[in-house]
Amino acid sequence: MRKQFVKTIEEILKEDKRLVLLLGDIGVFGFRDSLSRFPDRVYNIGILEQATIGLAAGLAMQELIPVVHTIAPFATERCFEQIKNDFGYQKLGGNIVSVGASYDYAALGCTHHCPADVGILMNIPDIQIVVPGAASEFDSLFKQAYANGKMTYFRLSERENQIEFPVKLGCANVVKKGKLGTVIAVGPLLDKVMSATKDLDVTVIYLATIRPFDFETISKNIAGGKVLICEPYYSGAITGDIIMASKQPLKIDLLGVPKEFLNKYGTMEEHDGHIGFTEKDIFNRVKQLCQA
Amino acid sequence: MRRLKEKIIEMSAKSKEGHIPSALSVLDLLWVLYDRVLNISPEGASSPDRDIFILSKGHASLGLYVVLAEKGFINSKSLDDFCKFKSDLGGHPDRTKISGVEASTGSLGHGLPMAVGAALGFKIKKQKNKVYVIVGDGECNEGTIWESALLASNHHLDNLCCIVDYNHSGDRALKLGNLEEKFKSFGWTAASVDGHDQEKIYQALMKKSLNRPVAIIARTIKGHGSKIMENNPVWHHKFPKGEELDMILKELN
Repeated sequence: MRKQFVKTIEEILKEDKRLVLLLGDIGVFGFRDSLSRFPDRVYNIGILEQATIGLAAGLAMQELIPVVHTIAPFATERCFEQIKNDFGYQKLGGNIVSVGASYDYAALGCTHHCPADVGILMNIPDIQIVVPGAASEFDSLFKQAYANGKMTYFRLSERENQIEFPVKLGCANVVKKGKLGTVIAVGPLLDKVMSATKDLDVTVIYLATIRPFDFETISKNIAGGKVLICEPYYSGAITGDIIMASKQPLKIDLLGVPKEFLNKYGTMEEHDGHIGFTEKDIFNRVKQLCQA
Repeated sequence: MRRLKEKIIEMSAKSKEGHIPSALSVLDLLWVLYDRVLNISPEGASSPDRDIFILSKGHASLGLYVVLAEKGFINSKSLDDFCKFKSDLGGHPDRTKISGVEASTGSLGHGLPMAVGAALGFKIKKQKNKVYVIVGDGECNEGTIWESALLASNHHLDNLCCIVDYNHSGDRALKLGNLEEKFKSFGWTAASVDGHDQEKIYQALMKKSLNRPVAIIARTIKGHGSKIMENNPVWHHKFPKGEELDMILKELN
C-alpha cells in the first residue's frame, strides 16, 4: 500500500498543480523522486505535526490540496484539535495519509500503535474516513476523494487483502450472501473473514469507507438478525451505525482491537494471536453467533 | 477610534459577552492594517488576489468586528446582535459566516500555523500577496507558535508578517521575556514598536525584509483607553453594567 501511495501521488502531482505533499520526516526515501522533481509542492516538512496540519489548512485556504503523511498516532491523536478546528470547523478540504495502523509497528510499543484513530476522527462532523484493504483500492478511493473539498483520512496498513474490489467512496460491497447471519469486514480484515466463513452460510459485507457510512447497503443486506463486526482498529466504532442501519433488532458481536495497551512487542501476527484476531477466532465467533 | 472603542464596550455590555481589554489592546493594530496596509476590499473579500489577515487571538473578535463594519465588510447593524443565538458574529470569528474573516480562531496557537500555510501557498502560486497575523503574548506559550516560527524562516516566507500583541497578559503564568530576540533567534526579522502609535505601526509594517518573515512586537496595553480596565485582569472576560458602564464610557479616550 505504501508503494501504491507513492505511485498515486507521483501520478497526481504531474496532473494536478494544486496538490501539495507534506511529509513528517517519514517516507522521504519513497518520495525522493518527487522531492527533487517538485520542490515547490513536495516538502519534508519536519517533525511538528500540529503546525503541519495548521499549515496544511492555510494551503487549503489558498485553494491548494494538501496531503499530510506520517505515522498514525502523530497524524491523528497528537493533532486531533488541529484536524477538528482547522479543517472540520472551517470546512476546508485536505488529506491525511497515515501508516502504521493499529499495531503494524508491533515491536515499537504503544507510542507507535494507533487503534484509536478511526474512533476519534469519527467525532469530526463531515470528515471522510477511508480504510483501504488493498493497494488498488487506495488508488481508486484516493482519486475519488482527494479533491472533493473535505478532510479525508486514509489509513494505510502493512496488511493487505488478496481479494480486491472496485470500491466507491462511501459505498459498501456485498461480497457474498447467506442466511444465518452477517459479517461486516472492514479494510484489511476481509481476507481472514472470507477464509473463515467459506463454509458458512452467512452474508459478508465489506467496508473500505467508514465515513460517509453506507447505511443503505447495510440496511438492505443484513441477514439473519445477527451481525459480527470485524474492525481492524478499536472494536465498536461502527456499532451504532450498524444498529441504526438495521430495520430489525440485532444480536451483535464485536471483533476488533480490545481497548487495552498492547504492551508486548514481537510481530503483528503475534499480536493477532494474542488478541484473538486469527482466522480460527473469526470462524469460532461467527459459528457461535449463528448458533445463538 | 473613540467611537470604535465605545462600540466595543457597548456591544459587550449589551450581549454580556466578549473580551473588551483584548479588543482594545489590538484595535490600533487592526485599524492600521485595514486602513492602510491590507490589499483587500469588501468587494474583493474572496478574490484570489487579496492579502490575508488572520486574527490568531480570536477572543479579540470585538475589535475585528468593529473594524470590519467600519470598512464595509459587514453590516454595522449586525454588531448589535453580537453573540446572539443566530448572529454571525460570535465570541470568536467564524470564516464560514463572516465576509472578510479568513480563519475561525479561538483555540490559541492555530492562526499562525495557518498563516504560514497561506504564505507558503502564495509562494507556490507565485503571487506577491502578503499574509498578516496577530498573535497574543499568552498565545506564545503554545508550541505551535514556535513550530510555525521555525517553518516560516526555513521556507523563507518574507511575505509573512506576525504581529505580537505584547500586552503582558501572559506574565502571570509564563514570562516570555524578550520576544524580539526570540523571533530573531528563530531566523526572523524582528522589531518592537509602540502598539498604540498608529504612525509607528504603519512604518514598521512597511519595512521590507528579504528572505525572512517579519515579527513586529507591539507593546500594547490590555484595555487601552480605559483607565478602569487597563492591565486589570479582572476585566479579561467581564462585561460592564450600570454606573460602571457609564463611568467607563465617560473616561474613555
